[in-house]
Amino acid sequence: MAEPSATGPERPGRAPEREPAREGGEDAVIATRGLTKRYRGGQLAVDGLDLTVPAGSVFGFLGPNGSGKTTTIRMLMGLIEPTSGSARVLGLPMPRASRTVLPRVGALIEGPALYGFLSGRDNLLRYDAADPTADPRTRRERVAAALDRVGLAAAGGKKAKAYSLGMKQRLGLAAALLQPRRLLVLDEPTNGLDPQGMREIRTLVRELASDGTTVFLSSHLLDEIEQVCTHAAVMAQGRLITQGAVADLAAGARGRLVVTTPDAGDAARVLKEQGAADVVVDEDRVTAEPPERDLAEVNAALVAARVRVRGFTLERASLEDAFVALTGEGFDVAG
Amino acid sequence: MSRADVRAETEGAAPGRGGTRSPSPLWSLGLLRSELLTTFRRWRTLALLAVLAAVPVLVGIAVRIETGDGSSLGGGGGGGEGPAFISQISNNGLFLVFTALAATLPFFLPMAVGVVAGDAIAGEASAGTLRYLLVAPAGRTRLLLTKYATVIAFCLAATLVVAVSALAVGALLFPVGDLITISGTRIGYAEGLGRALLIALVVAASLVGVAALGLFVSTLTGSGIAAMATTVGLLITVQILDQIPQLDALQPYFFSHYWLSFADLMREPVYWDDLVKNLGLQALYAAVFGSAAWARFTTRDITA
Repeated sequence: MAEPSATGPERPGRAPEREPAREGGEDAVIATRGLTKRYRGGQLAVDGLDLTVPAGSVFGFLGPNGSGKTTTIRMLMGLIEPTSGSARVLGLPMPRASRTVLPRVGALIEGPALYGFLSGRDNLLRYDAADPTADPRTRRERVAAALDRVGLAAAGGKKAKAYSLGMKQRLGLAAALLQPRRLLVLDEPTNGLDPQGMREIRTLVRELASDGTTVFLSSHLLDEIEQVCTHAAVMAQGRLITQGAVADLAAGARGRLVVTTPDAGDAARVLKEQGAADVVVDEDRVTAEPPERDLAEVNAALVAARVRVRGFTLERASLEDAFVALTGEGFDVAG
Repeated sequence: MSRADVRAETEGAAPGRGGTRSPSPLWSLGLLRSELLTTFRRWRTLALLAVLAAVPVLVGIAVRIETGDGSSLGGGGGGGEGPAFISQISNNGLFLVFTALAATLPFFLPMAVGVVAGDAIAGEASAGTLRYLLVAPAGRTRLLLTKYATVIAFCLAATLVVAVSALAVGALLFPVGDLITISGTRIGYAEGLGRALLIALVVAASLVGVAALGLFVSTLTGSGIAAMATTVGLLITVQILDQIPQLDALQPYFFSHYWLSFADLMREPVYWDDLVKNLGLQALYAAVFGSAAWARFTTRDITA
C-alpha cells in the first residue's frame, strides 16, 4: 500500500474549491475497498484488495498466474459478485451500476472469445448489438473503424474460426474499441502476438492513453508493464503487495551506482569512504548501493582522489528489481 | 431525433458520472435481432430444421408406396399413439400435416427445442462469449429474455417447417379438397388449411414448457453439450414416465401429457378441455422454470 494518499478517492482533503468543473470520483477511475472473493470450496482468490486507479493513467496490474488478477477484473466488470468489500468503477458502485458504467468501458478479459461460424465483422456487429446504448445507425461504420484500428480491415470478412490466435486477440481488442471508452480493461492483451504485434498493441495503448482513456492493463510480463505504464500494482496470492507510480515503485528498489575506471581498487575505497554500501569490484567496473549524499559530491571525491573515471552512472532499478525486493522471490513463482 | 438533440445529449452525458449516451428503447431490440440471426445461421440449427423437414417427406413417400395400388392404408382406428390421421392421407394430402405434427411432437420437435434451449446460455458460457455479451453490457435479464424469445421463435419455426413441408408433400403426392373431421362432418379445404395453421400454432405453444425447462438447465452449467443432453434426457424420461399407468396421479403435471390434444381441433365442434389444460400447463412451466432460470442467471458468478 505504497501511496494511498496521492490518488485516493477521499476528496475532502484535496482543495475542493479549486476544481469546480470536476465531479467526485473523476480522479479515481477504479477504486476498491477491502474487495474480497472467496470461491465456493473456500479458496480465497482475492483478499482485501484496496486498489486505486487514477484517471488518465496507464495502469499495469501485475502478478504471476493465479494471483487473483482475473478474479479482480471479473469483479470490476460485474461478472462475479464479491464476497465482501466494494468496488467503484467510473465513480459508481459495481456491479449495481453495470448498465451505466459498462457502456463506457471496453474490456478484453482472459483472451478473446468469438463465434467461430461468424465472420470477424459479424462478431463485432453482434457484440455491438448487445450494448443497448450503441446506436444501430452508426454500427457498421464503428465496426469498420474498429477493425481498421487493429489492422484487421482486410480479414474482416473471414470466418473467425480461421483466425490465428493473434488475429483473434486483435478482434477482441476491436470489440473493446467499438465505442469511445473512458476506461479500457485489457487482460493480457499481447498474449499470442508476435513481437511486431506486441509493439503495435503497445503503440495502440499509448495512443488511446494520449486521447485521455484510462487503460488498465494486466500482465505477467514485467517489461511490458514497464514500457507502457505510468502506474502499477503488484498482486501475489490474492493480496495487493504494492501500488503506485512506476517511477516510484522502481525507485523503491534503489538503483546501483556504476563507476567504470581503470583504478578500480582506489575507486572502491573512495566509494566506501563516501558511505556507499555493498561495493563490488568487477575488473574495471565498480558497483555499489549509492550513498544518501549528493552523487555529484561522490564524483568530486573520486576525482579528488585521482581516480580516473571513465563512466559514472546510476543504473535505474527495473520494476523486476522492485518486485524481487518486495517479495523476496522470483516473479515467475505461481501463487 | 434531430442532430441537435443528439449533440446536446452526448455533451450532457460526457462529463456527468451518471449520464449515459442517449439510447432509444428500440435499440434494445438490436440484441434480439442479432440473436435470431446468430441462431438461425448456425449450422446445427439448420441441420435440425432439415431433419424436421425430412420427416413429412418420409411419411408421405411411405404412405404413397403403401397405397400405390389404390387401396387405403390399413383399416386402423385410433392406433397406439395419437389420432388416426394417417389412414386419411391417401384421401386428402392435408392430413399429412396433422400426421407429421403428431409424429414429430412426441420426440423430434421437443428434442430440437431442447438442443437449442439447452445451448442458449450454456453454449455462450462454454465458448466464453457470455462474458463479452455481459460486459457489452447486454444485461442479464435482457439477455435471458432475448434467449427465451429466440427459443420460442425456434419452436414456431420448427413447427412451421414440419407443417409447410407436410403441406407441400401432401399436395404433391395426394389429392386435396374437402376433408372430413374426426367427428365425421365435412369442412372445406380453406377451413381445413385454417385448422392446420391453428394446429401448428398449438403445437408450437406445446413446446413452450420444454423451452423454459431447457433454458433453466442451460443456466445451471457451463457446458453446452451437458445442458443439451440433460434437457433431452429429461424429455425422454418424462415421455417414459407418462406411459407408466401407476403414475397416473402425477401424469397430468408432465409437460408432455396433453400434447396430442391438438387433434381435438379437428373435432366438430372443437373439444377445448384438454387444449386449455395443455396451454395452461405450458404457461405454468414457462412461469416456474423461467423464474428459476432468472433467479439462477442473475446471481451466478460468470467464471467461464
